[in-house]
Amino acid sequence: MSISASAPASVPAGRRIRRFMSDYPLVPLVVLLLLLVLVLHILQPGIVNQRWIANTVKFAIPLALLAGCQTMTMLTGGIDLSVGTVATMAAFIVATQGVDNPPAVAMALALIPALLIGFANGIGVGVFRVHPLIMTLGTSLIGVGCLQVYQRTVIASGAKVPEFLTWLGTGLTWGFPNALLLFIPVAALLIFIQRRTGFGRLLYAVGDNERATRLAGVKYWQVILALYIFSSVLAGIMGLLYIGLIKAPSLSLAEPLVLPSVAAAVIGGTSIFGGRGGYTGTILGALILAVLTTLLTILQMPEGARRILFGAIVLLVTAAYLRIIEDR
Amino acid sequence: MSRFLRRHGWVVGLSALFVVLFVATRIIQPGYGAGDFGSLVRAVLPYAFAVAAQTVVVIAGGIDLSVAAMMAFTSVTAASMMAGASEEYAIFVVPLVLALGFVLGAVNGILIVVTRVPDIVVTLATLFILQGAALLVLDAPGGGVAEWLKGLIIGTVPIPGLPDAVTAWFPKALLLLVVLLCAVWIPLKRSRLGLSIYAIGSSELAAFRSGVPVARTKILAYAIAGLFAAMGGLSLTMSTGIGAPIPGPYLLASVAAVVLGGVALGGGRGGLLGPIIAVFVLRLVRTDLTLLAIDPNVTAIVEGSIMVAVVMFGAYVTIRSRAS
Repeated sequence: MSISASAPASVPAGRRIRRFMSDYPLVPLVVLLLLLVLVLHILQPGIVNQRWIANTVKFAIPLALLAGCQTMTMLTGGIDLSVGTVATMAAFIVATQGVDNPPAVAMALALIPALLIGFANGIGVGVFRVHPLIMTLGTSLIGVGCLQVYQRTVIASGAKVPEFLTWLGTGLTWGFPNALLLFIPVAALLIFIQRRTGFGRLLYAVGDNERATRLAGVKYWQVILALYIFSSVLAGIMGLLYIGLIKAPSLSLAEPLVLPSVAAAVIGGTSIFGGRGGYTGTILGALILAVLTTLLTILQMPEGARRILFGAIVLLVTAAYLRIIEDR
Repeated sequence: MSRFLRRHGWVVGLSALFVVLFVATRIIQPGYGAGDFGSLVRAVLPYAFAVAAQTVVVIAGGIDLSVAAMMAFTSVTAASMMAGASEEYAIFVVPLVLALGFVLGAVNGILIVVTRVPDIVVTLATLFILQGAALLVLDAPGGGVAEWLKGLIIGTVPIPGLPDAVTAWFPKALLLLVVLLCAVWIPLKRSRLGLSIYAIGSSELAAFRSGVPVARTKILAYAIAGLFAAMGGLSLTMSTGIGAPIPGPYLLASVAAVVLGGVALGGGRGGLLGPIIAVFVLRLVRTDLTLLAIDPNVTAIVEGSIMVAVVMFGAYVTIRSRAS
């Protein structure tokens, strides 16, 4: 930085662009997103219209919500792999309990396992200091088991998705997906927490240097416990939204979204080692993945080739992004 | 003796746990005998190789999320190459698949070193890629396997001079597991490379400053993990007779067994014996639950709770020992 201050004229253009990008890390993401849309437009002219955009946003929102859990936990150097199970449980319970109970009760019931799993994760990671990857994988395994047992008790009663959730998940108002009604406040809340609250600053601090934060008098386990409960409840809410979108409860509903949610947060520039990143980038990451999925579907690739490309692109984007960010 | 206990306390404790569980199994099911032990070992085989793969990477300070996908890919490759082919052809297939695993593992390592992307992300990406590749090779479970390969893990090892009642407790699968693991691990542990792997696991910076070729060591650690994963894939094909393109539950199991086996997730500490015994313990718990006629779904809950509890206990012990 000092070099640029003393001799700004001698900095070559390439370096200047890179520096610009590292100062505004969201710019390359927006460029990439527009580029993907452009490629889509060239491959299939006319596909990019209002309806397509609404549809893409509709499918990007659940992913962005799950990626929100990952962003929050990754800021402290953790990760939450139980979100898929939590979301699936919430979705399955709301659909089966919705048969006999009013929707509000069903939704409240659906969020109970989310709270419990979040609590267990928080205790395991915060108090017992288990690695978050292991802890959340373990609790998700327990969750899947519980869900299977639960499924056998309700197998005869059938399923009914509350109408409100269907409206929220699939409906459009003036061409805008209704899911935005849920997503915009949640996203605003996440960004507000990260940027403006003491809790948000603690998350960055813990991820940046846990020892220093501890010495500064922060109760580490309280921060972590609150964080994992928050993440789990967010995943549960995502499950409620997702069942409104998919409408068919199954035992592995949200499971395929777990790894993409990690990918979205990583593409969005949140460091998996903690202390750096934010939710704005994650939203862009989720949009990029959603557009990418459409692109690969349009190219009519077999499932196998699609997964290969997906993996390769996640890797390439992350590597390129790291180059830009770290070149300071 | 006390020094031995201090250094290998975890492994000794695990072995004791295994023995206790085994006795419990005999109490639950008095008829539990050599044949059942043989099938336990056969069930453990793919898990054990997955755990071995994970162990090497974790000791080197990394983590490999692509283990299960790698096993699926090598398994379908082997199964589709051997389908309808002659028995002798399999002699070429086996080394080829092992080499494939080694190379793919090395690619994992090279990607981590070259791109400088965190290992979790890289192996997550290769998980997708390998899953996709497995689906391209075989889009549904199928393929075949040579009879002599199947025969390698069925039956028991005849040891001359010992009565059948004793040799019945030495299934061929156990012999295969021990031979393959020792063939890779013992030379590795004694070599300069093995030392380097432990070194970069405990402190990459210190290792680099002491002249350890960090990049090369890391790549080789992942390559060896790939080799173990390929063995796991082959053992899957051998025990089922086909190849399935969808990865099994080996990722979580491998990480859990690594932790249970006393390998620090930060890297640099632990050995291979602990995780392997841990995998036997975890499978035996499952057998016990089945023998107790517990609903298999409840079994999943109990199994998960045990893993979580053990991991929490292990972490707690680590904190306490660090504090004192």
